[in-house]
Amino acid sequence: MSGFWNAWVWVLTLGTLAGCLWLLQALTTKRKEKRPAEKSTTGHVWDGDLVELNNPLPRWWLWLFWITGIFMIVYLVIYPGLGTFAGIGGWSQTSQYEAEMAAAEKRFGNVFAAFSGVPLPELETDPDALRLGRNIFLNRCATCHGSDGRGAKGFPNLTDTAWLWGDAPDTVIETITNGRTGMMPALGPALGEQGVTEVIAWLRALPKLPASAAADPAGLAPDVAAGRQKFLSFCIGCHGADAKGNQILGAPNLTDTDWLHGSTDADIRDVLMNGRTNQMPAQHDYLTPDRIRVLAAYVLSLGNSGGAQP
Amino acid sequence: MDKSQSYNDVVVRQFGIMTVVWGVVGMLVGVIIAAQLMWPELNFDLPWITFSRLRPLHTNAVIFAFGGSALFAASYYVVQRTCHVRLYAGWLAAFTFWGWNLVIVLAIITLPLGMTQSKEYAELIWPIDVLITVVWVAYGVVFFGTLAKRRVQHIYVANWFFSAYIITIAILHVVNSLAIPVTLSLSYPIYAGIVDAMVQWWYGHNAVGFFLTAGFLGIMYYFVPKQAGRPVYSYRLSVVHFWALIATYMWAGPHHLHYTSLPDWAQSVGMVFSLVLLAPSWGGMINGIMTLSGAWDKLRTDPVLKFLIVSLSFYGMSTFEGPMMSIKTVNALSHYTDWTIGHVHSGALGWVAMVTFGCMYALIPRVYGRTGMYSTKAIDLHFWIATIGIVLYVASMWIAGVMQGLMWRAVNSDGTLTFTFIESLKATYPYYAARLMGGVMFFSGALIMAWNTWKTVATSEQRVVQPVLDPA
Repeated sequence: MSGFWNAWVWVLTLGTLAGCLWLLQALTTKRKEKRPAEKSTTGHVWDGDLVELNNPLPRWWLWLFWITGIFMIVYLVIYPGLGTFAGIGGWSQTSQYEAEMAAAEKRFGNVFAAFSGVPLPELETDPDALRLGRNIFLNRCATCHGSDGRGAKGFPNLTDTAWLWGDAPDTVIETITNGRTGMMPALGPALGEQGVTEVIAWLRALPKLPASAAADPAGLAPDVAAGRQKFLSFCIGCHGADAKGNQILGAPNLTDTDWLHGSTDADIRDVLMNGRTNQMPAQHDYLTPDRIRVLAAYVLSLGNSGGAQP
Repeated sequence: MDKSQSYNDVVVRQFGIMTVVWGVVGMLVGVIIAAQLMWPELNFDLPWITFSRLRPLHTNAVIFAFGGSALFAASYYVVQRTCHVRLYAGWLAAFTFWGWNLVIVLAIITLPLGMTQSKEYAELIWPIDVLITVVWVAYGVVFFGTLAKRRVQHIYVANWFFSAYIITIAILHVVNSLAIPVTLSLSYPIYAGIVDAMVQWWYGHNAVGFFLTAGFLGIMYYFVPKQAGRPVYSYRLSVVHFWALIATYMWAGPHHLHYTSLPDWAQSVGMVFSLVLLAPSWGGMINGIMTLSGAWDKLRTDPVLKFLIVSLSFYGMSTFEGPMMSIKTVNALSHYTDWTIGHVHSGALGWVAMVTFGCMYALIPRVYGRTGMYSTKAIDLHFWIATIGIVLYVASMWIAGVMQGLMWRAVNSDGTLTFTFIESLKATYPYYAARLMGGVMFFSGALIMAWNTWKTVATSEQRVVQPVLDPA
């Protein structure tokens, strides 16, 4: 803040208060002053019968006004308020936040530190760790993945056996810590409406075909064969020739029953035409490494557990 | 009789009737969105009636259509009678009526269509903003033109407040709505980031301060002494609290942005001025209630006075609650909860709507040449159903708000939050039900008023002309 604007804030802030308090004392009836008689009006009359008395300002109200004015001055001495003057109390909202976070870490940090050396597979069976992990999950993950971890359209179900990026302990920790961006490019312009229809036909046929079908198109229906051709040109790079996906890229397996963005023809057509960018937000700014490990253990305990459940 | 020798009550009647009409419309939309919070499926998956589009329609309708019409009607009525002259530029006053109602109709069309500037209480798209500006300037010309040709030297206190409100709303509206138009329905504000937020809340809070407080204090300062038949309690109190109110209100906006990226100094200044605002706000309440004192017996027979006294009580309550909520420690609990909704409605229903009802029940019969409304019993019924409705509404939102604030900050022994957001929402449902009930009662009151107004107008001589009173 420049010198001019600093002075601007000082003068306007204090000037406004001073103006109010000056007016207040100027119109305060002094104790020795003779009070106006009960019925005496200011002498002005409007609209036939509208007149005004001129009673003194109520004492208790005067007190209220002065106390708030004095409070304002005291507050602006202690806290930042007058331009660049930081106040003698040394307070700022950033320092308050940091102090509260430090106090919380001091109080709660050791709860999680107790698990820092324990391998994830062990944590997955430790009820104490899982209880802590569940609490973090409900705070930070449930908004998208649901409080039961079953996800929603566009948000992965964490209780089944399908893992976009893999379920190795370190992979899950990496996914939580730094987040993931899943990118399915829009293929509408490349495939065209007809091409998209054919690719869908291929994807529908694939799970029922023998593994050799990817290599040998003989005996396929014409649209399935055309879809195969397009798939091997446009989709193979990420999803692989067998369409079983690639966890290094976060490319989903297209031969199972798990469809992140919906399983109807219209859903799949939409994804093929328009693409998708899916974002798992990074948690490293919000969760310490110890907390992320406990959370990862809880997520892994969900995984491969609920797929068979109704 | 020479036309200049009589008051222009045509425009007063028009705005008076539309106050009742827009009141019913705005409160109905309020009831609908309160029901949608209980049962979200009530939007029937139609984009035009989703909560996000109806909510700004509700706020615009009750503030600017209902409240605005009341302010136009009352200020035109009061300024003529306290200046002892006919309204200046009658044709321009007629333009303000048709122009303002065109603004409202356009709002009713554009907001459900999803056309919005996304600024709270300033959602309307830029072409409507331009129309508002033109109408408002015309309003200023009519009002100040009348004031300029007054036949009494002293300007009555009600007109101080009307003047402050008209001037300030013009400034607020223009500065906050400055934007670069791209298409007819799209524009980008000239401010960005926290500056945009600060300008928005400078506008937002002063819309409350000048539209809903100063303007309605103008109404109070005429109709309370008139209805009570008593002199205004203290001229010097009027002077102090008027100047202190308009000087400090201007500063209070930053308390809407506590603990955000707004610089610390601006937050502090907003908070301390909000606290200083307590006494100037209460000055109006004291002047109103002390004016009534000595006429308490009239409360038994005059339900209009009941509306006025209850409105002053709610005014005092909300203007105490506001400064308390502006304190950072309290705000840390109350902000983003339904407590804010409760606070707003204690002011909007308790103060603004109740003083408007009182004013209209006094004004409408007079401009239709009667001594009172068609049914006094209906006024009494309206009073009780509205008062109980407000209490239900405000109390349920208070409890819900404090509960939400406490739930959001509760932590487990491991430092994680005890409740997810959805759990706090679930816990709020009973209070949403109570709020809806309060809203339905308040809306029913407005329907009773509409019926009573209809009967009053239907049984009256429409073209009553009142001669300008000579100054004493």
